[in-house]
Formats: sequence, C-alpha cells, structure tokens
Amino acid sequence: MSIKIGNAPFESRVQDGIKNDFMRKAVSSAQGRFRSGRLVAAEELGNWEEWRTLGEEIRSHTLENLDYYLEQLSDEVSKRGGNVFFAQTAEEANEYIKEVVKKKEAKKIVKSKSMVTEEIGLNHALEEVGSEVIETDLGEWILQLDEDPPSHIVTPALHKDKGQIRETFAVKKGYDKSDRPEELALFAREQLRQEFLQADVGITGCNFAVAESGAITLVTNEGNARLATALPDTQISVMGMERIVPTWEELEVMVSLLTRAAVGQKLTSYVTSLTGTRLEDEVDGPEEFHLVILDNGRSKILGTEFQAALHCIRCASCINVCPVYRHVGGHAYGSIYPGPIGAVLSPLLDGYDDHKELPYASSLCGACTEACPVKIPLHEMLIRHRQIIVERENKAPKTEKMMMKGYAKWASSPAAYKMSTKVARPALKLWTKDESISSGPGPLKGWTDSRNFPAPSKQSFRAWYKERQKGGSYNGNPK
Amino acid sequence: MGIQNRESFLNNVAENLGRERRTQDVKRPEWSVNPQWDVYRDFSQDELVDVLEKQCEVIHTDFKRTNKENLVNVLAETIEGFDGNSIVAANDERNVSYGLVGLFDKLHQDGKEVHIWDPNFGNKNREFAERADVGITFSDITLAESGTVTLFNNKNNGRSISLLPRTYIAIIPKRTIVPRMTQATKQIHEANQEGHNVSSCISFITGPSNSADIEMKLIVGVHGPVNVCYVVVE
Ligand code: SF4
Repeated sequence: MSIKIGNAPFESRVQDGIKNDFMRKAVSSAQGRFRSGRLVAAEELGNWEEWRTLGEEIRSHTLENLDYYLEQLSDEVSKRGGNVFFAQTAEEANEYIKEVVKKKEAKKIVKSKSMVTEEIGLNHALEEVGSEVIETDLGEWILQLDEDPPSHIVTPALHKDKGQIRETFAVKKGYDKSDRPEELALFAREQLRQEFLQADVGITGCNFAVAESGAITLVTNEGNARLATALPDTQISVMGMERIVPTWEELEVMVSLLTRAAVGQKLTSYVTSLTGTRLEDEVDGPEEFHLVILDNGRSKILGTEFQAALHCIRCASCINVCPVYRHVGGHAYGSIYPGPIGAVLSPLLDGYDDHKELPYASSLCGACTEACPVKIPLHEMLIRHRQIIVERENKAPKTEKMMMKGYAKWASSPAAYKMSTKVARPALKLWTKDESISSGPGPLKGWTDSRNFPAPSKQSFRAWYKERQKGGSYNGNPK
Repeated sequence: MGIQNRESFLNNVAENLGRERRTQDVKRPEWSVNPQWDVYRDFSQDELVDVLEKQCEVIHTDFKRTNKENLVNVLAETIEGFDGNSIVAANDERNVSYGLVGLFDKLHQDGKEVHIWDPNFGNKNREFAERADVGITFSDITLAESGTVTLFNNKNNGRSISLLPRTYIAIIPKRTIVPRMTQATKQIHEANQEGHNVSSCISFITGPSNSADIEMKLIVGVHGPVNVCYVVVE
C-alpha cells in the first residue's frame, strides 16, 4: 500500500521538517495566503455557514446512498461507451490499468495530478510493465524529476525553492535559463507539450463524478488535465468511490465549495466535465475510456463513527490552518495524506500500525474543523483515534497512554465526548508556560525542543484570525 | 470490458452501511438551505455585465464590450494586438449572423492563416490548432460571478481550439450571461432529464491557465492559453 511514505520513524521525520528552514517558511507563508484567500472568498459570499451546511447535507445524503449512486454512474458511463471497473483493492486497480495499457501497447502515458493514483502507487505499477509515465502538473513534474514525494495535496512541491527547481531542470533536462518562476514554467510548458502530443494514454483522477449522466469532473488551473483527456486516444480516470454527487446541481455546489475553500478562487481556470468516449466525428477526446472506481479500505469506514471522513473533498483547508503542519511540514506525516485529514484518514485506510502517531500530531485547537467546508468534525475524530489507540490497540507511547486515560474517561459518556473541543484546551494547558508550549508530550516534544509552539488560543480560531491576518486575496492553484 | 465486479462491490458497500442494497427510489432530499440561488438574484443583464467586467480583472483576462456591427473590428484589433498570424475558430452557426465569415475572409486576404474546425479534416484540425496563435469560440453560457465561459464542445467546436493556442478569444453574446454556475448546471440537469445527451466535454473556462506551484507565486500561462480576451456583444 502506498499511503505510507518512507520508513523513517515519526520522530526523525518531524526533526527533518523542523530543521528545513526554507520549508518551514514556505509552509507558513503558504498557509497565510491560502487562509486569507479562503476567508476573503467566504466573506464575499456572506453566508458561508449556509454553504457549509448545504455541502454537509449533500455529502451525507450521497454517502448514505452510495451504492445507488455508484450503480447509476456506472450505467451512465457504460451507455456512453465507457468501461467501468470496480476495484476492491489497490492491487486490483493497478492490475486492471496495467492490462489496458498492455493491450494498447502504450509507451508513453501522461498523467494529471491525482491523489488517488498516488494512493495506489500506480506510477510504480505502470513502470513495471515498461511504460513511461509522465506527471504533467507543474509541481508533480518537478517532484517526479527529483524523485521526491509530495508534501501538500494542493501545491505538492511547496517544500522546494526556485533555485532547487532550476537546478533540477538543469541536471535532468538541460535547462540553462534563470530561476524566474515564469521562465521555469515556460520551459515546462514546452517540454510537456511534446509529451502530450505523443502520449498513447492519459490518466486522471476525478474530483466529482455526476451520477445522473456519467460525467467525470476535473477541477484544475494549469490546463494539463484538459490536454491529458483531449489528446491521447485512451483515457483512464481513477476515482475514490466516495467522489460522487447525485446530479449536476449538486456538482455545482461542491465545486464552488472546493475552489473557494482551497485557495479562495470563485472557480479555478478549468472545470472540465467529461462523459464517456468522444462522439462520432469528434476529433478531440478518447476513443476508449475506462473509469476505475476504488474502494481500498473506504467501505470499512462506512457505517462507523468515522463515516463523515469520507465526505472530504480534498480542499486542504484543514491542512492550511493546522499549526502542527505549519511546524513540521507535509513529509513528517509519513503519509500521502498529510495534515488533520491525513491524521484522520491514514489510520483508517492503512491501519494504526504505521500511523499511530498521527492522531497525536495535533494540538486539538479545532481550527481544522472550523475550516472544513463540509463540516467534518476532524479534531473530534482525532480524539476518538487516540482513545482507540490507547484502549484497544495498546500502541501509544507511555506518556500518551497516561494522558489518554484521562481522555478516555471524559469521552466515555456521549455528552462529555461532545464537549471534547472544550476539553482539549485545558488538557494541553498542562504544558503551557507563558502562553507557549515549551515541552509537550511524545511527538509534540520533538518540535517543542527547538521551537516554542503557541498555545491553543482561548479565542475561537476565527476571532484569532480576524485579529491577526490582514492579507489580500490570492489566486492560486487548487487541483 | 463493460462493467466489471459491480455486484460484489456494491453489495459490500450496502452491507457496511448496515442495510439492503438500494437500487431504486432514492430521491434527493429538499436541502435545508439553498444559498446558491441568492447570488446576484434579480440583477439585470446590464448589471451582470458589470459584474463580469470586474471579475475579469481578478482573472487576468482582457474585457471588451461592443455591438454586433462593431464586433468584426474589435476582433480584428484584438487579434492584431496579440500578434495573431494564424487563427483557428469553431464552426459555429453564429459565425454567419455575427459577421465572422466576412472577418475570416478579410484576415485570409491580409495573408493570415485561418482554419475553421471541420470534422472531415480529422487530426489536421488539431495539428493546425497546435501551431495557431489564436483560438476563437463563442460562449454558450457565461457565468458573471466567476468570469467563466461555458463551452459545449462537439464535432464543430473541438476541445483544442480553446486549449492549444497561446491566445484564446471568447465571444460572449450578452444574453448568455447568467449570475453563476448554478443557472448553467440547472440547464444541463434539465436537458439531461429530458433525455438529451450531455456533451462529451463541457468546459467551464475562467481566464488563462495558471499555476502557483513554484513558491506559491502566481504564474499566468502554463499548459493552456497564456492570454485570454472576452468580447461581450450587445
Ligand atoms: S477534511 Fe475538510 S478541510 Fe480537510 S481537505 Fe477534506 S474537505 Fe478539506
């Protein structure tokens, strides 16, 4: 399974993150801009809370009826000449895609950024059958040239500066111009355009599938997803089984929430809805289309107290407000899904064994829950994870075990559990000195040794934010 | 091929949800709130044009306003401004009524290369688009709030036209402007319910391509067009 990245223990990943000064600055300035973008966009709407309520209602109705909507989706895709493969596991998905690629004798495959194909380790599987796989999203391409994993789900190369990128282009592609971002991007455009024109297969993820008509919607800014689906003769789209909406009307609401929450754009440059194969006499678009619908551990989450984690639309808002992510960076999580949602999701999809520290990589300040456009109670889920780890799995390091005994007690009555936000603040107070934490329990300690970490605010995040942040709006790049 | 592994997969989903498979009679509930319909509610067409114009500043898109009589001149000027020597355009019914046919003739006479998308030419269409300076299409539905043109791509309006050239020009008939995406997707939803096939590709395009992947700095123009101009026609 490729949810997990690398084998370094959590402590040393955290230390690496803290020592990487550029990364920490980049993350913190990115967080600032992402946040201000989202808040400006939310303010413009005026009734952001209503939008979030609507988003939550749509997501929970869809997940409650997931079997119905997936059946409808697959029927519609099939009517339009597409093939649909339901994959229970990553291996099944990879096998199917490899078969398609082999049959097509595909030498070159272009990909547009997709978390789910990272999750199943698709690139690796395809290289096994001798195909060249090219990531075409600018950030992903940089990482691919450098053989580095992504550190953020919206801007994956956040941890690299332009000098490092120039160097990578020079060494790997013979680039000899400046480190101006525009010039670097132009070089990528020229290089990748040729790849698009020669590619046999295009592979994409899927932001939202529309059940009523079988459309796969991609939300992007660079245009690479359009190229990857317009030019090659074969298109393969891979979707997590929960990435679906009933009709076009809900699609619109979810897309609006996604683009606003991700970086505060009203819409990204491209929202592209693709249905089946190209029609008669059309030149652009695939003549063969495959939709792979992936479970890979998701169905186990259905029907549990964590079901709402499947409402996630991968906007990264929770990551952008997270004070822990700010300090340790994406790689410290050791999972392709970092930040609060990663800490909730990775143990659910991939088991507690490899991810037992993640629920502790949180100050439980609740900023993530407040930022989430579909109201997933992220920090409550983190508390619940801790409880499970301590009580059932017996895996927490000693200090947490003692601390968590306390949580378990509070949380054992439903009323107390509901109050967990309020509980969290006093609990952390234990380590608070002069309003900043100088030594925390367990993994927290890793970075409190080198940096003082601000104590969870007594104000709500929103109030705190209003006071402190005065930035312009930012037009960035969510995908 | 076709549909594979569906039954076991969906049975497992139903089982985990703790109930029988649902294969029919699922109705969308009435949502408790519908804030999407409040945005620019009751705005006149002229007010929506103003909203669109303002949004164009945010999305790095040139905005021009003209009438049918002057459209051809405005387009010629715009193409000149972008050093357009080769132009690819959709084969739209409106090319005649908006006078584009005459414009294309004139550009041709001036020594420019002009290609109108034609399914009979197969991949040649795309090869031309790849080296064209400018792509031109009409907008089918225009979203004022976000500054978005909506294209129902088809055999006469290839996806490449608005994608491969460095510059993209969208002609926006004023009556295609609606407040936001809500109105556009409602139309698509209703057409689908009436049994009309949805286009193989619906493109919602909002300005030029861009990226913030390098140090979070906004770069305008990555894989898609670098310049975009909207021309609203009264
Ligand atoms: S959990 Fe919520 S805030 Fe975090 S990525 Fe998912 S949708 Fe966005």
